Amino acid sequence: MSTPPSSTPTVEGTAPAEAAPAVIAVVSRKAAVLLTLIAAGLAAAVGFGSQDGETTFRLARSTDFFELPEITVPAENTAWVMIVLLAVIAAESWRRYLKRRSTPIWLVAVYSLLAMTGFLSWAAAGGTVPVVSLLGNSVLLAVPLVFGALGGVLGERAGVVNIAIDGQLLAGAFAAALVGSLTGSVWAGVLGAMAAGTVVALILGLFAISYFVDQVIVGVVLNVLVIGITSFLFTQVLAPNAADLNSPPRFSAWNIPVVSEIPLIGPILFRQAPIVYLLYIAVALVTWSLYRTKWGLRVRAVGEHPKAADTVGINVNRTRYRTVLLAGAIAGMGGAFYTLVSVPQFNREMTGGAGYIALAAVIFGKWDPIRATLAALLFGFASNLQGVLSVLGSPVPSEFMLMLPYVVTIFAVAGLVGRSRAPAAVGLPYRKT
Amino acid sequence: MTSPEQDESQNPSSESGEELPGSPESGSTAASRPGAAPQGSPPPEADEPLPPVNGHWHNLFRTITTGNALIAFLAVLLAVAVGSLLILFTDETVRDSSAYFFSRPGDFLSAAWNAISGAYSALFRGSIYNTRATDFETGIRPLTETLKFSGPLIAAGLGVGLAFRAGLFNIGGRGQMLLAGAAAGWVAIDVDLPAPLLLPLAIIAGMVAGALWAGLAGLLKARTGAHEVIVTIMLNYVGYFLVFYALSQQSLLQAPGTVNPKSLPIPKDAQMPRLLGDTYRLHLGFLLALVAVAVVWWILNRSALGYRFRAVGANPHAARTAGIDVGRTYIYAMLIAGALVGLAGTNQVLGTVTSGVAGDLDAGIGFDAITVALLGRSHPLGILGAGLLFGAFKSGGFAMQASEGIPVDIVLVIQSLIVLFIAAPPLIRALFRLPTKEAK
Repeated sequence: MSTPPSSTPTVEGTAPAEAAPAVIAVVSRKAAVLLTLIAAGLAAAVGFGSQDGETTFRLARSTDFFELPEITVPAENTAWVMIVLLAVIAAESWRRYLKRRSTPIWLVAVYSLLAMTGFLSWAAAGGTVPVVSLLGNSVLLAVPLVFGALGGVLGERAGVVNIAIDGQLLAGAFAAALVGSLTGSVWAGVLGAMAAGTVVALILGLFAISYFVDQVIVGVVLNVLVIGITSFLFTQVLAPNAADLNSPPRFSAWNIPVVSEIPLIGPILFRQAPIVYLLYIAVALVTWSLYRTKWGLRVRAVGEHPKAADTVGINVNRTRYRTVLLAGAIAGMGGAFYTLVSVPQFNREMTGGAGYIALAAVIFGKWDPIRATLAALLFGFASNLQGVLSVLGSPVPSEFMLMLPYVVTIFAVAGLVGRSRAPAAVGLPYRKT
Repeated sequence: MTSPEQDESQNPSSESGEELPGSPESGSTAASRPGAAPQGSPPPEADEPLPPVNGHWHNLFRTITTGNALIAFLAVLLAVAVGSLLILFTDETVRDSSAYFFSRPGDFLSAAWNAISGAYSALFRGSIYNTRATDFETGIRPLTETLKFSGPLIAAGLGVGLAFRAGLFNIGGRGQMLLAGAAAGWVAIDVDLPAPLLLPLAIIAGMVAGALWAGLAGLLKARTGAHEVIVTIMLNYVGYFLVFYALSQQSLLQAPGTVNPKSLPIPKDAQMPRLLGDTYRLHLGFLLALVAVAVVWWILNRSALGYRFRAVGANPHAARTAGIDVGRTYIYAMLIAGALVGLAGTNQVLGTVTSGVAGDLDAGIGFDAITVALLGRSHPLGILGAGLLFGAFKSGGFAMQASEGIPVDIVLVIQSLIVLFIAAPPLIRALFRLPTKEAK
């Protein structure tokens, strides 16, 4: 159930209906329940697992131009302060619910920030939280997820379910390793990855658009097919000739002049591998063209109501083909991350199901490129947090730390996102009659 | 309204694929089911519009005469052909001899023949009958291995397929299997019970654990609208870490005195008995899977609950209008689906790998089950067939890798291509220049 004030104006044409006063009457209490639950959970954790000592938040790297000071706080007291603040926000959410008003998104954002601070200061007691590298690496780890989610959003906005994101990532990783090794150029590797993603998308399009095969079937099967082919070729061809075929060059980090010197933000966002900058460009371009160009309008029309689009002269299947191929190229680019940034060689099944997480980000982000990107970043942050916390050591068994991001996602999907509304014609092949 | 149940019961075989909105056959069945009116947009017509009034017998007749079996056979043939090409391209001898193809084509052809026939005869020897064995008893052993592998595939495939029928995509097979396996293993290892009770209780514990884990996704979907795809994916990870935690705690599952995340082996009393004596490793799990096929068939085609599943799967809005509690149907569907996937998990722990519960007990079956369900068109008998086929591939794939050095991954390629081609009859018809359905 969407909450009118928090939802940015969407373009599905439903915005007027959402803004109508009648809808405000059905404000859900899910947000309030969720916020209360999280505060209580954190309080229980801190109450049971008492932690002594102090926690240091390091906000800068030693090489920074402007060096922000380190902030050291008493671990447990800070956590309790944060819990009190969380309780206040939760109460405010309940108050709003009783007045039939929804919880605004900024309040949720503030809440999340406070909850994270409280959690980290408690969990990392006696240690240092490297805020910059924590966030910076999160962005880096989210790269394939964001590319995959963008590809997913594009395809689904045109009415083609893309479960083959994982296959496109894996094919991209494979091609990037192969082309990168053969040419010795990272950029050629990226192009190869894009081509591989496009090939997977072409098969998807061929079966889903031209032969009307169920799109979920094609997607799932393509994932298996790509796993099979890449693993087969890896064992038969790549592994025996690893020096020639499976040792691609790696992207090194580029510092963008000026902006990379901004405290906190610079090191996090602008001292990354070039593929991250490609990511920024891709997110901006996809968002802009989906909502602000004739092409984007057509894509969305084809995904919402293909018959209407056809009636006004849009070639539905051609539009879908183009969009799906573009989406494949974008997702494939994300695959390059694995072999050109993360590990300098291809391994079987090296995406580890990231495409499914990207799919979750698409739905979590309600088929909107920006929100899907944010969801993917959240997953990136979560998976990075696991690593950081396991190094710091925390009072909770590490397995529970590791499952935390997934639990939070379930809570978030159940509590804040609620019913996601897919593009109306998603999954339905279009047959001109 | 005519009675749709009666309609269905006359011809259960005609409903294959109806839950999949885009599958070519769905147009005909959806049109003939009043309880499942298509959604706002028209149902995807079969590429040749079918006369809607001729009834199921006519459709069945048409299905047989226009050769779905032929399509399936050609799809397998095509998939095997593509697999052969892959083997050819990567075989050393073939590549070497292709360099001098024009001077001595015979070398190339014989190398190619050896590579391909070697691969597929190894596949056959590993999955059906070992022609190199000296006596029948060892020769037939691969067939029993095939059945052993297909047990959990069938059970988990039923779980995914049943959810499909209710319009739910259960990607959570991995988590459900893990929790089921851990629960069954815990009962088998830590509960003191007389032997005849222990095994049934362990199996039930596993199925309940799987059911609850999947039911959680159904509950969240029903109560909050949380998308089951996200929730089941996330529950896979949560389940994995939960089981891993249990495996690292001496008080829970970890074998005493070790640091490895592994439990004690399953005691003999709690293991699934072997069906054909100790020579063969085929165990009770396969029989249980067969029972599950029958039960699921009954649920889907004979029970009111199954009718609700199918109605909700075909069109939740119409089902709600007709008075069906859609949310509750989702919960029931996920509970049953989880129990079936859980059966696969117990099958693994108590039957196939009795050396103890481990974090990889699912052996990828949770995901394989999706392909099995898709190939079986979410129909119990179809899933049985698909499970047997994939079991044969699994058993034969290992033999192929061992004797011919061809990576077992080729099996994945062939499997997925089969599903893909079978799902696209128009493509097969076009490739083999078969007449279209309407040609009479």
